[in-house]
Amino acid sequence: MFQLDSVRHRYPGGAELAFPDWSLAQGGRAVLVGPSGSGKTTLLSLLGGLLRPSAGKVSLAGQDLGALPPGKLDAFRGRQVGFVPQRPHLIASLTVADNLRLAQYLAHLPQDSQRIEAVLHELGLAGLGNRKPHQLSQGQAQRVAIGRAVVNRPALLLADEPTASLDDDAAEAVVSLLQKVADEAGACLLVASHDSRVKDRFETRFALGVSKEQAA
Amino acid sequence: MNIVRLSLKQLAARPLHTALNAILLALGIATIAMLMLFNAQMQDKLMRTAEGIDLVVGAKGSPLQLILSTVYHADIPPGNIPKREADKLAKHPLVESTVPLALGDNLLGYRIVGTTPAYIDLYGGKLASGKLWSVSMEAVLGANVAKKSQLQLGQEFASSHGLAAGGHLHDDNKYQVVGILAPTGTIIDDLVLTDLQSVWDLHEGQESTNPVYQQANPLAPAKPADDEEDGKPREITALLIKYKTPLAVLALPRQINANTNMQAASPALESARLLHIVGFGLDAFRAFALILIVSAGLSLFVALYTTLKERRYDLAVMRLLGSTRLRLFSAVLLEGVLLAVGSAALGLLAGHLVTEWAGRSGLTPGLTLTGHYWVPEEGWLALLALGVGILASLLPAIQAYRTDIGTVLSER
Repeated sequence: MFQLDSVRHRYPGGAELAFPDWSLAQGGRAVLVGPSGSGKTTLLSLLGGLLRPSAGKVSLAGQDLGALPPGKLDAFRGRQVGFVPQRPHLIASLTVADNLRLAQYLAHLPQDSQRIEAVLHELGLAGLGNRKPHQLSQGQAQRVAIGRAVVNRPALLLADEPTASLDDDAAEAVVSLLQKVADEAGACLLVASHDSRVKDRFETRFALGVSKEQAA
Repeated sequence: MNIVRLSLKQLAARPLHTALNAILLALGIATIAMLMLFNAQMQDKLMRTAEGIDLVVGAKGSPLQLILSTVYHADIPPGNIPKREADKLAKHPLVESTVPLALGDNLLGYRIVGTTPAYIDLYGGKLASGKLWSVSMEAVLGANVAKKSQLQLGQEFASSHGLAAGGHLHDDNKYQVVGILAPTGTIIDDLVLTDLQSVWDLHEGQESTNPVYQQANPLAPAKPADDEEDGKPREITALLIKYKTPLAVLALPRQINANTNMQAASPALESARLLHIVGFGLDAFRAFALILIVSAGLSLFVALYTTLKERRYDLAVMRLLGSTRLRLFSAVLLEGVLLAVGSAALGLLAGHLVTEWAGRSGLTPGLTLTGHYWVPEEGWLALLALGVGILASLLPAIQAYRTDIGTVLSER
């Protein structure tokens, strides 16, 4: 469902990162591993259309992201990419249900309360729709963030270090949950992690090393 | 969910900040609105009261005093003029019509005005009950006077000497109420009207005996030579004149001021002068209110700007969820705009309510203030508030526009 083609990225004043020509088919599952600074978050940002590569081509669901003007790229991301950040970053002023509804609104999709209910139910959050984020436990907040990422049924679900601060049971549960919601949404799933508990759960593994310049 | 709802939720999530800024802004708006309402109604009242009176002729002195005392009934008159002189003026070719006024006494602080029925016509007054006076010592009460004094038709009352309540009572010679006027919203609501003769009858012969009285009484005869055919003093306080032609304004005042022992004053000129004087005080209030509005704008700016740091994540998440940069910009700008619009509505409402309250509690004697009064300038006031809201949120909105999602989300 995504395809990298000679993608390179250089931050202003930083070293150039080069990425292998990885691809993942629809329904694919993969873990992205690599030491800090190897460009895991950068790759996720490139895939999500949050960053544009300095060179090369990123395709997602058959669409060349580089060909989209900024506004279209934002709309495309809203519909096709679900992003689970390292920390939930829920909008504090909105209820749980409204946080999910915001995802539908910003993606210009119909606001579908039934879909929201279904997602919350699937994540074991049934009945918490009217709570504010500060009334949630950390684990619940993370599950809301997962729900927000999948509520629009994206083509690609990205997760950045989702288990960093969790104990074994919780980490296990989160990975299972990500796989489950990806299945339900028909999305392919890419999890960036250096957590061995996560790595072992995926057959496909994309490994980033240190960049060429750093190695040289 | 939509962008307006989102901005409202964001405002509601910071109730203290939002309330503080809204109150500051609303206070400024309310103060200016009140000034506008007060000013407009005062001007309106001044103009309406002076309508149909082109010129006032009275004793020499301050022209403003003459106008205040005889047109607005708010000051003591500078003195009297001989009726004979006034009668001559009434026949002047440039004069269309005249109304004589004789002041001197009051009922509970409401002035008793000796005049002719033409004075009632000047303000479009109509009898609510009873009849007009036909002989001396018959009185017609203005609507407010009737209400406050509780006097009924046929009842008698003693007038009190002077123009403020509490003077010597003329209880040897009482007035009888023969008519009550319907409310007109003009100065005659607050007057007791009677025949000129009543005032003359009450004051004949007493003046010379009491020096205090002499001083306070504008109707004290100047000299016995002014006595009319029946040997009694015939003086009036002022003559209200309506011109036959607008050209009279060029000739008549000058003629009177130069050739007679009387002065002529124009209500239009003098009330404009009065408004000008009062205007300085209003300007100070207005400056104070503007300072309030500017500080509200600054406070709103600081609030939006400082919370932006906490909200970088909110903004970045919204970008993740497919929001364009422009939408983030609008969302933040909208917070300022919504707050400003809300404050403007609140401020205008408060301005009208306080004005209504001031009117009802009688804080402005002689001027019945009402909150049911709108001036076009209030629209500008709302626009000013909107401008402050936009200005205060513009820079934070630009910051929001520049939110860089990648770097914000990789922070732990």
